[in-house]
Amino acid sequence: MPLSKRVIPCLDVDNGRVVKGIKFRGVKDAGDPVELAKTYCDQGADELVFLDITASKQDREIMKSMVRKVASVIDIPFTVGGGIKTLSDAREILLNGADKVSINTATVKTPKLVTDLMKIFGRQCVVVAIDVKRNYEVDEKNEKQTIVHGPERDFYFEVMIYGGSKGTGIDAIRWAKKVEELGAGEILLTSIDADGTKNGYDIELTNAICNSVRIPVIASGGCGSSDHMVEAFKKTDVDAVLAASIFHYDKLTLDKVKRYLAEKGIQTRL
Amino acid sequence: MTKIAIFDFGAGNLFNLHQSLLGNGAHSVEIIRSLRELENYDGLVLPGVGNFDSAISSMQKDSGLLNAAVDKGMPILGICLGLEMLFDKSEEGILEGLKVLDGDVLMLPRMKVKVPHIGWNNLRIVNTGSNLLKGIPQDSWVYFVHSYHIEPQDDKLIAAVTEYGSKLPVVIERSNLFGTQFHPEKSGKIGAQIMKNFVNICEQN
Repeated sequence: MPLSKRVIPCLDVDNGRVVKGIKFRGVKDAGDPVELAKTYCDQGADELVFLDITASKQDREIMKSMVRKVASVIDIPFTVGGGIKTLSDAREILLNGADKVSINTATVKTPKLVTDLMKIFGRQCVVVAIDVKRNYEVDEKNEKQTIVHGPERDFYFEVMIYGGSKGTGIDAIRWAKKVEELGAGEILLTSIDADGTKNGYDIELTNAICNSVRIPVIASGGCGSSDHMVEAFKKTDVDAVLAASIFHYDKLTLDKVKRYLAEKGIQTRL
Repeated sequence: MTKIAIFDFGAGNLFNLHQSLLGNGAHSVEIIRSLRELENYDGLVLPGVGNFDSAISSMQKDSGLLNAAVDKGMPILGICLGLEMLFDKSEEGILEGLKVLDGDVLMLPRMKVKVPHIGWNNLRIVNTGSNLLKGIPQDSWVYFVHSYHIEPQDDKLIAAVTEYGSKLPVVIERSNLFGTQFHPEKSGKIGAQIMKNFVNICEQN
């Protein structure tokens, strides 16, 4: 049997609390990241991702203590991202028990951070998050843009920073190759175009990135059902899928989702 | 009272391993930076964080003590890098390995598979009498995260393999010397059983 495909719930944390409407039966405090982490872990999550969406200064202390508590109650790997700007931010998260850190804007601003982290903690600790949006203002003369010929208009995949709000002009395909060279162990790929639509993962983007690198890729953005996960695994070479809102209701628990994937012929850990 | 030592290569996160040993039967777990007082412990874990050369440098001066402990039959568990460093040499570094076991550590074939090998993969147990894998069902899922793999000279050491591009040896066992390429401390209930087995071996020794 080959390596299993991973299903990764994502928890957005604000001021030490999980945000978004979460309704879990049997969970006393639905907004408690530690309790939710344990529930996901027991239901068969393959990994967890925590994204600190406030990432203010006082929030870092809260995050540190959350990481330590989560690490004491779960026995699967977890990643922490959001607001990690420096080596010492990352070190603090890792030393408190996180298995990986996810860095995004900081990678664009200071690419060397990836290499520094890789040298100290090993490649496996470094997840580079790449947020991508289609940019239709293509420049045929710019060799740095990988132009995709869309059905209506040509575009290139542009790397976005600050939570997807600011363009960088950087071509995502080139950037993915670059972060692999710099020392990333995995790429967490979010399609800003698909994010929040619940229409499915961005298959075109996911294929473009998976075909350009030899490190594992996690697809994110757009998941509204188990079928979207099946689609991503069948149509691309992606290693893992990230989803948030579909796990927030009892009707779609992780064990159900994973059994469904298995029925559809996807290699899953049951 | 089972007392287990974790050797610290200086690379950081030992918290999960520490928690896992305590949660799976060890009465006390201490982080050590030298093997000089190893006789105070019932077992030793070489953790799986960091890179080859720096881990080797942190242990080089004590390699004689490590060999002596192996010869005395002290239960020792090497995890990931902690397993790799027991061999002669690694493609990850330029320093010599600890040479407790004969064989090399090679990079995973990037042409054939994605590297690092990250995620859950199956254990195919080849030594069904393994003490470390007692009670572990065939094809159990365990969590891997590595870019290098071991190539022992003696096939008899191999207790389990995993399919990733080719059949990789991922559990070794020779009397009380054990090693796993995956991370039992991150492998859910299966990993917990393996940690319990190791703690039991330490206790009974």
